[in-house]
Amino acid sequence: MTDERPIGEDDLQAYIDGRLMPARREEVEAYLAANPTAAAETALEAKHREALRARLAFKASEPIPARLRVANLMGAKRRAPRFRLASVAAAVAWLAIGLVCGALGSAWIRDGHLRPFTHGTNAAGDAITAYRTYVTERLHPVEVAADQEAHLVQWLSRRLGKPLVAPNLNQNGYRLMGGRLLPAGNQPAAMFMYEDGRGNRLTLYARSGDAEGSTAFRFENQDGVSAFSWIDDGLSYVVAGRIGREDLLTVAETIYKQFESQAPPGRSKL
Amino acid sequence: MDEIASLIEPLIPGLRRYAWALLRDDEAADDLVQDTLERAIARWSQRRHDGDLKAWLFAIERNLFLNGIRQRKRRGPHVGAEALENVPAFAGDPDGSVRMDDIITGLDALPEEQRSVLLLVGVEDLSYEQAAQALDVPLGTVMSRLSRARKKMRQFIEVGRSAALRRVK
Repeated sequence: MTDERPIGEDDLQAYIDGRLMPARREEVEAYLAANPTAAAETALEAKHREALRARLAFKASEPIPARLRVANLMGAKRRAPRFRLASVAAAVAWLAIGLVCGALGSAWIRDGHLRPFTHGTNAAGDAITAYRTYVTERLHPVEVAADQEAHLVQWLSRRLGKPLVAPNLNQNGYRLMGGRLLPAGNQPAAMFMYEDGRGNRLTLYARSGDAEGSTAFRFENQDGVSAFSWIDDGLSYVVAGRIGREDLLTVAETIYKQFESQAPPGRSKL
Repeated sequence: MDEIASLIEPLIPGLRRYAWALLRDDEAADDLVQDTLERAIARWSQRRHDGDLKAWLFAIERNLFLNGIRQRKRRGPHVGAEALENVPAFAGDPDGSVRMDDIITGLDALPEEQRSVLLLVGVEDLSYEQAAQALDVPLGTVMSRLSRARKKMRQFIEVGRSAALRRVK
């Protein structure tokens, strides 16, 4: 290969790119030594190549925006249609809830059941408190660890009186750590905890809803802890974490979607 | 999904740089990268297993860029095939950060196919084979385009910007 082959433009390009085998490079260098014009041009072109690389280098060293993370894109990919459907369903549900509330309101007041209709806020507030309490816990973040997931889910389902599922958040980069039972006023609540590879934790909080039907996602942020809450099939859910709204929404949608796809009667299966 | 992320994510900085070099706008460039990644993820299973991932991703990105140019037809009522030859000939950066003595203005003097080969080989370090795959042309075409692109860039800088700018119209 290294015999009398004449030097071609492909050799010169590969020379500029530094991709020639040593033997061929020597031949090109010998050619350039004998051809000052070609040598000057080649040197200039190599200089321009370096200048362009240097000019554009800043872009490749920027941190990658969160929206370009593969995990986020995979979460968002199936999100669009699902989310629109969910919104429509939620609007219909809200309308129904409003009608029911209007009809029953006077009866409630008469019976002394004057309870403000603020399930989301309450559940979210309780969930954020639970998040603050347990996420920082080093020794005992969970009561039952993920290696006993079946037992954990069964136990919490029994205590809440509703079939629960521990959603799989692998596609969002979070793994189930385990869960625990919590008090929530006069009823029990369940909490699942997840962790990503860098030690960031998320919680999914669930308890019997203060309303039937389902609602849209509701966002709340308290001192850096973000939470999305919603009601689905009689359960109040709150997902909480110290991450941005968009990222958390992606997680909330993953969870919602999994619950949808495991709708009754398959709900209670893992 | 972990597999996809671990294969694709190391290539994202380069995809962002190429997109920015083509579009010269941070938001638009990341939109292009996002479209590229979404398409790659959606078509992951259709990827040829003997194919090169890097070449495949850059091919998707460039094709989306060219489709965007075709669809946008920003350059006025008369957009013929020659519009693709001269995309997009920037009038300059609105905030003035791109100066006339910037090497990037030399890039703008090149037709898109030469610009892309220069960026993919010279900046993104695609092998000539990968570049051929990404641009969907034979290896020989890559080499001759590269040669022409570098020559044109050199002449642009030697001759001065005025002549080239007049040519760009």
